Amino acid sequence: MHKRVEPEAGRSSARLMLRRFLKHRMAVAGLVVVVLMVLMAALAPVLAPHNPNQIFDKFEASPSSEHLLGTDSVGRDVLSRLIYGARVSMSVGVGAVVVYVVIGVLLGLLAGYYGRWVDQVIMRITDVFMSFPYFMVILILVSVLGPSLLTIIVVIGVLAWPMIGRLVRGSVLSIKQTDYVQAAVALGYRTPRILFRHILPNALSPIIVNATFGVAQAIILESGLSFLGMGVRPPAASWGNMLSEAQSITVLSSQPWIWIPPGLMILLAVLAINFVGDGLRDSMESRS
Amino acid sequence: MTDPLLQVRNLKRYYPIRKGVIARTVGHVRAVDDVSFDVYPGETLGIVGESGCGKSTTGRAVVRLEAPTAGSVVYDGTDIAGLSTAKMRRLRTELQMVFQDPYSSLNPQIRIGELLAEPLIAHKRLDRTAAHAKAAEMLETVGLPKLYLNRYPHELSGGQRQRVGIARALMLEPKLIVCDEPVSALDVSIQAQVLNLLKDLQGEFGLTYVFISHGLGAIKYISDRIVVMYLGKVMETATTAEIFAQPKHPYTEILLDAYPEPDPRLRDRQRIIVEGDVPSPANPPKGCVFHTRCPYTKDICRTESPPLADGVACHFPLEAAGR
Repeated sequence: MHKRVEPEAGRSSARLMLRRFLKHRMAVAGLVVVVLMVLMAALAPVLAPHNPNQIFDKFEASPSSEHLLGTDSVGRDVLSRLIYGARVSMSVGVGAVVVYVVIGVLLGLLAGYYGRWVDQVIMRITDVFMSFPYFMVILILVSVLGPSLLTIIVVIGVLAWPMIGRLVRGSVLSIKQTDYVQAAVALGYRTPRILFRHILPNALSPIIVNATFGVAQAIILESGLSFLGMGVRPPAASWGNMLSEAQSITVLSSQPWIWIPPGLMILLAVLAINFVGDGLRDSMESRS
Repeated sequence: MTDPLLQVRNLKRYYPIRKGVIARTVGHVRAVDDVSFDVYPGETLGIVGESGCGKSTTGRAVVRLEAPTAGSVVYDGTDIAGLSTAKMRRLRTELQMVFQDPYSSLNPQIRIGELLAEPLIAHKRLDRTAAHAKAAEMLETVGLPKLYLNRYPHELSGGQRQRVGIARALMLEPKLIVCDEPVSALDVSIQAQVLNLLKDLQGEFGLTYVFISHGLGAIKYISDRIVVMYLGKVMETATTAEIFAQPKHPYTEILLDAYPEPDPRLRDRQRIIVEGDVPSPANPPKGCVFHTRCPYTKDICRTESPPLADGVACHFPLEAAGR
């Protein structure tokens, strides 16, 4: 392969990062899978052979040409539900992460930049949040607020920010000592400009990496909640509540088409996202 | 003589040393301990001293990147030591700083053009287009081609970056610029270029410099007057010519003596060898801070701290002793 020796003018570190990412094979493969899943979620009405909630007269039917992955115990098409289930997983994954990244970044920036009592107060709050048994609190909150897609997103988002908050605070503590931030202060810039234009862009790499892994974790959480019946309410399809049919011994032992596909989808989604996260981490951290 | 542009009076900057779980203050590092000097419009005041003598802290206090523990920094009639953040922000346009390390003083995520235009945009002096035009102009003033406007800092060399750092400091048309070791991180061949640039810009824009360096070469070349610091205190202050011709303080003499002699014929001269290390600024010696290393120490030096009188803080200034 031919290598370009002369550096292109005005090439940003983002472009260099992209180049390194593309060399990471597993990450690229993961990204392809993630993109396909997002497309599947977006184009669900086009791709699904049936309405996911339509009840057919043959229930627990094994795969056939009419129902490629068979039907579930109520008589709904498993493949169609699988395709629609991607919507739930993708929106919980991305939605929850967006919520907690926004909260975590804001509080982390404030704690790290202002220090002193602001830092003390915010850090003690994160300590409180981090000392709760996470899953149990989510279960309780969801059951109090009533399980729904939005509830899950908000609850995970509101509970999961301390990790990002600490991460951002740590980065800010070191970045605010750099001469370019000192220069920004000396130039008389206002605090929001310093925070969002000079500090945040330089603290972004660990945030992006952490958020990527966060998406995978949120998908697992949603599946767990739905499996326990605290997630997305039936008849709406989600991979987690499809899995919960495996609570029945008959389904588990003799009707694998009902629970293996959603299980595989969760596995595949989480694995793919984690590979993307690995790739991002490697390509971002090799930059000095 | 005209009024000074900057008057630093009894400036102190102590850093608390905290220990234990409850962060009890057990002592202070006296980074800057009672420093006073004046800077007149259009001149360059050099501050020289070895590492840890407080020269950088003094420079940072002048632009209020460091809040003084005590003392005053009067710029153009205003004491900036106790000014509110909002009022200080307005004054900051007149006081700028050039940093030592050109690799960390430019935000790696921002293109050079944007970096230079930003001060004007942030202070609402010009709109985006005009600010970028001014940035291009300034880039050429500091001797870099316009094509660098679209480059990122990592695509430039150290000397080029330092030029960008200087250009950025000039964007707001400041009156006083604190240059904190602006050439120390550069190759020797580049140092002279940057020093010349600073000199040219001073003439062109009527700038006043506070030039901080540990290198006597740069200080001698650029300064009109010099302040010699040791352990957070001023040892001697005089014009450059006076200091190099006849140092009054033993420390200045030793500092000058340690400066490498470029002429090989003069290398055989007797050198003054100083013994020991610089004492810790957390626990400075009693009396004159230099007495532990001074070759002329007498009893009074160990007990009484000499005040800065007639430009020198020494009980036995060299000239008077006839040494």
